[in-house]
Amino acid sequence: MNTNYDAQQPLIQVTDLIKSFGDLDALNGVSVNINEGDVVFVVGPSGSGKSTFLRCLNRLEEPTNGRILFEGVDITDPKTDIDKHRQKMGMVFQQFNLFPHMTILKNLTIGPVKLQNKSREEAEAEAMKLLERVGLADRAGAYPSQLSGGQKQRIAIVRALCMKPDVMLFDEPTSALDPEMVGEVLSVMRDLAEQRMTMVVVTHEMAFAREVANRILFMAEGKIVEENEPVAFFENPKSDRLKNFLSKVL
Amino acid sequence: MDQLIEKFYMNFIKEDRWQYITNGLRVTLTVTFFAVIMGIVLGFLVAVVRSTYDKTGKMKILNIICNVYLTIIRGTPVVVQLLITYFVIFGSVNINKVVVAVIAFGVNSGAYVAEIIRSGIMSVDNGQFEAGRSIGFTYGQTMLYIILPQAFKNVLPALANEFIVLLKETSVAGYIALEDLTKGGDIIRSRTYDAFMPLIAVAVIYLVMVMIFNYFVKCLERRLRNSEH
Ligand SMILES: Nc1ncnc2c1ncn2[C@@H]1O[C@H](COP(=O)(O)OP(=O)(O)OP(=O)(O)O)[C@@H](O)[C@H]1O
Ligand SMILES: [Mg+2]
Repeated sequence: MNTNYDAQQPLIQVTDLIKSFGDLDALNGVSVNINEGDVVFVVGPSGSGKSTFLRCLNRLEEPTNGRILFEGVDITDPKTDIDKHRQKMGMVFQQFNLFPHMTILKNLTIGPVKLQNKSREEAEAEAMKLLERVGLADRAGAYPSQLSGGQKQRIAIVRALCMKPDVMLFDEPTSALDPEMVGEVLSVMRDLAEQRMTMVVVTHEMAFAREVANRILFMAEGKIVEENEPVAFFENPKSDRLKNFLSKVL
Repeated sequence: MDQLIEKFYMNFIKEDRWQYITNGLRVTLTVTFFAVIMGIVLGFLVAVVRSTYDKTGKMKILNIICNVYLTIIRGTPVVVQLLITYFVIFGSVNINKVVVAVIAFGVNSGAYVAEIIRSGIMSVDNGQFEAGRSIGFTYGQTMLYIILPQAFKNVLPALANEFIVLLKETSVAGYIALEDLTKGGDIIRSRTYDAFMPLIAVAVIYLVMVMIFNYFVKCLERRLRNSEH
């Protein structure tokens, strides 16, 4: 962790974040703090900017305006070495994006070995430990194409964890899965949340959000329209937009 | 039958004429081998520059240079390029013709290899790129560890085809009086006034080389495919 970073500060501090694609404002002034240990879920209608918000956090999308402090460092500053900070922000994609030309074990160790100067033995030992935790130790030598969707996504989560991140970003991690495989991925995420991993999760799984989140953000038209803790979020929505949204998805 | 043996003797045995074929074959293989290596290196570099420009907008000047190179090479016949390399570029220096041929064919092949590899890079899903970057790899590391290996695999058949084309294309080396396989056969023809035997022999040798090469590529492809399933 950054030594200048004061643990009292939020882990991630987003201020007036704006992202435009040409004429379209995908994010329209988003401000939010994410604290260490937070499990923040982001929900909202399609096209509301959830993915864009998440992808701006590790600058897979370049923000048009606004500021993101991560561990006290302004990562929107072009002078910041974003590659270094990305090592501390694990990301899990809807489409898994495992590296098809590498075995599972290689998928998990290439980052630690190439970026964190770990020996192959050390990286493999750590990877195997994590694989065991998600019940996939026996697939270490397999290639991604030999795995089911649910297994791939669990591996993708482990791949991010192998970098020992300070926060995990999830963009609809179960949306590409067959229904019978959703549970195994959610259960890995539930474990992570219980171990107090800081997480930002974009999802359409409302029941899961209610169960696991400590905060839920509702986004619409590029803004955070409402935020609350889970029970109040679902029981007592304040804005009409959220009421309307919940009436459709629940 | 006797006549055939007589002809064979005249074309290949008499005055050790078979050496035109073997020496020519050696020249053809040497030129092809080094031109292929040069083509791959050039092609990789150009492809990476072009893809980097497409993806990030960086390397603008280099990209322009690469585009000029591609346009000229792909817009002119290889024989003309060979003649220009020999008589214009190296016109005033004393230089081995094999080296001239390697440079001319290598530079020519590089342009085609570049476009093949670039199409390979484009064919890799952008999610792979994002996954690499999200782990913390730089642009270059992502290219090297994640994109290029997949791109290379995707275009292996096209690359193999390009090398077969190159092997056959070197047959115009005779234009700068380089005695390659084709020229060797043609020299025999001019000595014996028999076109059939030397030229058919040359054709068969090319054909066999291409078939052998094809066989190895098939094996390699199968192995690459097995490693991914
Ligand atoms: N690369 C891009 N180029 C142009 N427009 C984009 C791009 N990415 C997103 N958008 C637009 O920005 C808006 C927000 O998109 P975003 O993907 O963030 O929505 P989302 O809330 O994640 O939606 P979904 O639930 O469908 O995933 C949409 O109108 C989308 O079309
Ligand atoms: Mg999305």
